[in-house]
Amino acid sequence: MTSLASRLGSVWPPLVTGALILGVWEALVAGLGIQEFVLPKPSSIVQAVGTEWEGLRTAGIETGTIAVTGLILGVVGGLILALVVTRFGWLSDSLTPMAVAVNATPIIALAPIFNAWFGLTDDRSNQAVVVAVVFFPVFINTAKGLSSVDPDQIELMRSLAASERTILTRVRIPSAVPFFVTSLRLAAPLSVIAAIVAEYFGGPTNRLGPFITQNASFARYDNAWAAIVIASAIGLALFAVALLIERLAAPWRDGPTEG
Amino acid sequence: MPESSTQPAIQLKGISKIFNAGTDKEVRALEAIDLDIQPGQFISLIGPSGCGKSTLLRVIGDLIESTAGETKVFGKPAHQARLDRDYGMAFQKAGLFGWRTVAANIELPLELMGWDKTARKAKSAEMLDLVKLSDFGKHRPWQLSGGMQQRVAIARALSFSPQLLLMDEPFGALDEMTREHMQLELLRIHRETGTTVVFVTHSIPEAAFLSDRVVVLSPRPGRVHSVIEVDYGPGDRSDETRQMPEFFKKTTEVREALRAVEVAAGETL
Ligand SMILES: Nc1ncnc2c1ncn2[C@@H]1O[C@H](COP(=O)(O)OP(=O)(O)O)[C@@H](O)[C@H]1O
Ligand SMILES: [Mg+2]
Repeated sequence: MTSLASRLGSVWPPLVTGALILGVWEALVAGLGIQEFVLPKPSSIVQAVGTEWEGLRTAGIETGTIAVTGLILGVVGGLILALVVTRFGWLSDSLTPMAVAVNATPIIALAPIFNAWFGLTDDRSNQAVVVAVVFFPVFINTAKGLSSVDPDQIELMRSLAASERTILTRVRIPSAVPFFVTSLRLAAPLSVIAAIVAEYFGGPTNRLGPFITQNASFARYDNAWAAIVIASAIGLALFAVALLIERLAAPWRDGPTEG
Repeated sequence: MPESSTQPAIQLKGISKIFNAGTDKEVRALEAIDLDIQPGQFISLIGPSGCGKSTLLRVIGDLIESTAGETKVFGKPAHQARLDRDYGMAFQKAGLFGWRTVAANIELPLELMGWDKTARKAKSAEMLDLVKLSDFGKHRPWQLSGGMQQRVAIARALSFSPQLLLMDEPFGALDEMTREHMQLELLRIHRETGTTVVFVTHSIPEAAFLSDRVVVLSPRPGRVHSVIEVDYGPGDRSDETRQMPEFFKKTTEVREALRAVEVAAGETL
């Protein structure tokens, strides 16, 4: 498949660029004599990942679990509400604009509130932040996909005496799949960001968020950066999974949509 | 009591349609339409844009309800005819489903009617043959040209052998050559299947070439202005028909009717 080949081919330019940036970064920090506490060298960060591996691994698993469970809950919730709202047009008219408005607010600021609701050390308080951040883009995009079906296609189904339920399963849901998987791609990295920012507001300390803040407060910026590397790796991994789902679930998008 | 063999395929009695009645956006789209269409006939609806052609077609198909009047399709209320899947429909846009192959698009009505897979496959192969797309069953719709997509849409509308075909400017988006080719294909299918066709168009030569009767509608509110009978004698219509004096006579007749309609509409503005 040409699209797969071109996709693999397009992996190289960003890799080369990334390597170049790391090289320049290394050279600049060394050459200009920048203090390690301002900006550590990439090589120091890699070293820190090695020495701190045990702690980073535990923290990564803890934070990753919160992010993934929150992501799944938020995605399922957004999906279900989108289906319900589409089934009842009046609900969609009232709820969707509201969701769009809420989505434009910094939902992450709710983290301390959730801490108060569920308890500072309860996993649910941070999961709730992830769910809240992930839920809205999934709901909004999926609801849009479910309702932005070509009116001619709906009329065609009605001309064939199809019920609302049949129209939902045969037309609306397939039309919404590309919208839904796109929202997954948006939501996956958001889940890691949300989990870590939520951890900055307190809670169990064996996680990436506290790992970063504590090391930063002791001026161990190499260790803090090492945790950021781990967080990025988790985010990228989730993004890659979402991308894969997108490829598998909506292969017809390989072609231009019909006009 | 008329015999069932002489029963019209479509009977419209006093059809009126008012959109947004009682508001300042009120539109009187159709008024007092009386029309009988005989089984096996090819009828065109022509008229200025906005005169209610699509609305009338949707009333026949029970996709919207008329404000007043009675619509019977094969002697039944239009609603029952829709539930019985008595007609197939095609629009200006092919409206194919991108997640289905061409063959699966054609099989959609059969799926809804509960046909088993073997029967569906056989039927879609037959339909692909009919619209001369046998090699494209496994393709996706976007891999086909506009004219080919439109043929798939027609095959889908015909897949379950409905006795009635409702078409709303199905060739409106095609270039002139493709369009004339499609007209011939449609006439051939019409001959082979004996299906009654109600065909909305705004092209004068198209209406004159295809139809047994051309119904000219006048706008605001949509009314039947005149009905022009078309008969080019025995033998199938072909590209030669477009050169016949009788064909020019009919296009002129339709054009003059449309001109009269537009003059009358201009006076009421
Ligand atoms: N759903 C609708 N709501 C309100 N007005 C409509 C609707 N559908 C059609 N109309 C109006 O009814 C008139 C006839 O429309 P239509 O049947 O689409 O015309 P045509 O197909 O002949 O161009 C137009 O004035 C149009 O604006
Ligand atoms: Mg129209």
